[in-house]
Amino acid sequence: MSFTFWILVTACLAGATCGLIGSFLLLRRMVMMGDAISHAVLPGIVVGYLWSHTREPWVMLVGAGVFGLITAWFTELIQRNSRVEPGAALGVVFTFLFAVGVILVSLFAGRIDLDADCVLYGEIAYVPWDLWIVGETSLGPRAVWMLGGSLVINLAVVLFFYKELKVCAFDPEFSESIGISTRRYHYLLMTATSLSTVAAFESVGAILVVAMLVIPAAVAALLTRTLPGLLIGAIAVGCACAVAGYALATWWDSSISGSMAVAGGMFFLAAVLFSPQRGILLRRFQSIAESPDLPAHP
Amino acid sequence: MWENALRFLSLQDPNVRYVLFGSILLAGTTGVLGTFAYLRKRSLVGDAVAHAALPGVCLAFLLFQSKEPYILLIGALVAGGLATFCIDAIRRWTFLKEDAAIALVLTVFFGAGIVLLTHIQGSGNASQAGLDKFLFGQAASLMSRDVWILGGLSIVLCAAVYYAFKEFKLVSFDPDFARAIGMPCGLLESFLTALTVAAIAVGLQMVGVVMMAALLITPAAAARQWTENLPKMAILAGGIGAASGGIGAFTSALAPRMPTGPWMVVALTGFFVASLLFAPRRGVLARAWRLFSTRAQVAEENLITTLYRLDEDLGNGTNFWKPSAIVERRSIAMFQLVRILKRLRGYGYVERADSGWRLTPQGSQYAERIVRRHRLWELYLTEELQLPPDKVHRDAEEIEHWISQAQEEELENLLAQPRLDPHARRIPRRRKEHPGSA
Repeated sequence: MSFTFWILVTACLAGATCGLIGSFLLLRRMVMMGDAISHAVLPGIVVGYLWSHTREPWVMLVGAGVFGLITAWFTELIQRNSRVEPGAALGVVFTFLFAVGVILVSLFAGRIDLDADCVLYGEIAYVPWDLWIVGETSLGPRAVWMLGGSLVINLAVVLFFYKELKVCAFDPEFSESIGISTRRYHYLLMTATSLSTVAAFESVGAILVVAMLVIPAAVAALLTRTLPGLLIGAIAVGCACAVAGYALATWWDSSISGSMAVAGGMFFLAAVLFSPQRGILLRRFQSIAESPDLPAHP
Repeated sequence: MWENALRFLSLQDPNVRYVLFGSILLAGTTGVLGTFAYLRKRSLVGDAVAHAALPGVCLAFLLFQSKEPYILLIGALVAGGLATFCIDAIRRWTFLKEDAAIALVLTVFFGAGIVLLTHIQGSGNASQAGLDKFLFGQAASLMSRDVWILGGLSIVLCAAVYYAFKEFKLVSFDPDFARAIGMPCGLLESFLTALTVAAIAVGLQMVGVVMMAALLITPAAAARQWTENLPKMAILAGGIGAASGGIGAFTSALAPRMPTGPWMVVALTGFFVASLLFAPRRGVLARAWRLFSTRAQVAEENLITTLYRLDEDLGNGTNFWKPSAIVERRSIAMFQLVRILKRLRGYGYVERADSGWRLTPQGSQYAERIVRRHRLWELYLTEELQLPPDKVHRDAEEIEHWISQAQEEELENLLAQPRLDPHARRIPRRRKEHPGSA
């Protein structure tokens, strides 16, 4: 029971923390930043490891967080100083950092016990055994603490800077004109993204991080029209993906994080088709139902 | 290390040849394909398609129970095509934007791939080993067959781009117009997509998912800095890709267990950064130099006109002015003033004596030109735009450096060859004998 329980808690926490930040990324059209950061942290992990000679999670966490911010900063640097298309700038930066990470791993392959796949495709199934032990007492899985911590921080950031984040997301020009620096909140958002990504991918794998950044936010955006609705909806859908994905994985005996992404894809498909306001089917029915009411052609 | 380098350069080892030619062909082809993706602002689609290949490979394996590369390749092709279609569908049928559509398709497809892969592994299928190699890439496993596929692909691409160049160009720059004049846009886009997906499917085995995205994005982004011309950009992107392929293959041959793909990406990024910095018109350095030289020119012209006005207002016979007198007129740091004056003496616009500096005839002609434009503009603003005379100086002070000969003549004609500006100062006449000197 506790195995299932901890995995569900971890996945729900990942879904909630990523869903919250993912909603703002979706509004600012920067969802791919999550994908980029989750790849670009690889050199940070290797450097942190080489520097500290331990697999102490905090060191790697700091290394990864720094490289997450470097990704955002390099991308902005390229965009500000050239006319390179934004998507391409992001693509150049994260593939480069990932390549450097892979090269570092193979250069120091003899000295470190890391490989790119295991870092990036961490498996949530091992979470219940990776306990945080202080002295003699076990405080439960480490991943739960890390994700819970990042959820608390993200919630605090969103509640405290709600107005600023909202105006920056919906109307950057207006926010500049009333003296709210979009750049400052861009970096606040990027810091929160790095934090959530880094806290999540080590335990649940990069693919689930990106899935949880985009899918809950996209589904919630199809179902609601207000920002609080989007945020709460994204957290709820994130948890729903976690539960449904876990059921799918046990039923078909396969990867838990992969199944959660697939479950999220199904939710998205359902939302695209059946959303009461924006669903394709409903709109089609409405247009059929309404057409006889149109005034006849003279 | 040197033996390794020599062994590589002698190309004796067939394995080395496959890796080298394969890398060059792959990166060259993706460079050209990436050009069209870049111009259509769809660079990151390649990333999603590369990730989407995984479920295709796994499904092909499950359906046919075979690891034959052709079959896996077909699986990757179908899944990649489906992923591209899904991205388009999400963009068309929902209000979600491109980035969300790409991220959605990427994660859901890749997640499905992981599910299938773990299911295959869990079911204890003995021949599954190596499926994940398909994804993470190993250039060393390249065989002559892969090189032939890549070669064929690049020939098809070159032929298609050569024969349907006009169509590809139009679809890249103005798809709406292309559709309006009845061009088969869907067909052309599907063709580009099919080629891209095929290149990705072949390249995945060599360099892996993430590096594959870089091969599509980076060469085009680098090439774009150098040219505004599509054929040149495509050729340059192909060249940059091919060069990086060669560099990556060479570097990885120097040490054992050195990966090829990441070194290709590092080389590509090197080209990209160099392009950002050194490209002649768009480059950071070129723009910094333009800014610097424009500022210098404005400072010089301002100083020349200051000397001219001093002559005009306080004409002291010799027209030699001490730096302190000049500073009174135009606020500028003394060391800068002297530096600019020395530069102007180098051009022959001012000369120096013990009592100070003065304009040479050449310099005063230059000054007249600037002052003429300044006063013409002031007059234009008061006459035509009805601005009060005390509000026009600042504007004219800025624009005096940018008015061309033709604009100057036009202003003169418009204002009927005026003699005085709004402040009742004389507008210097143009000297006919030296048109446009200096």
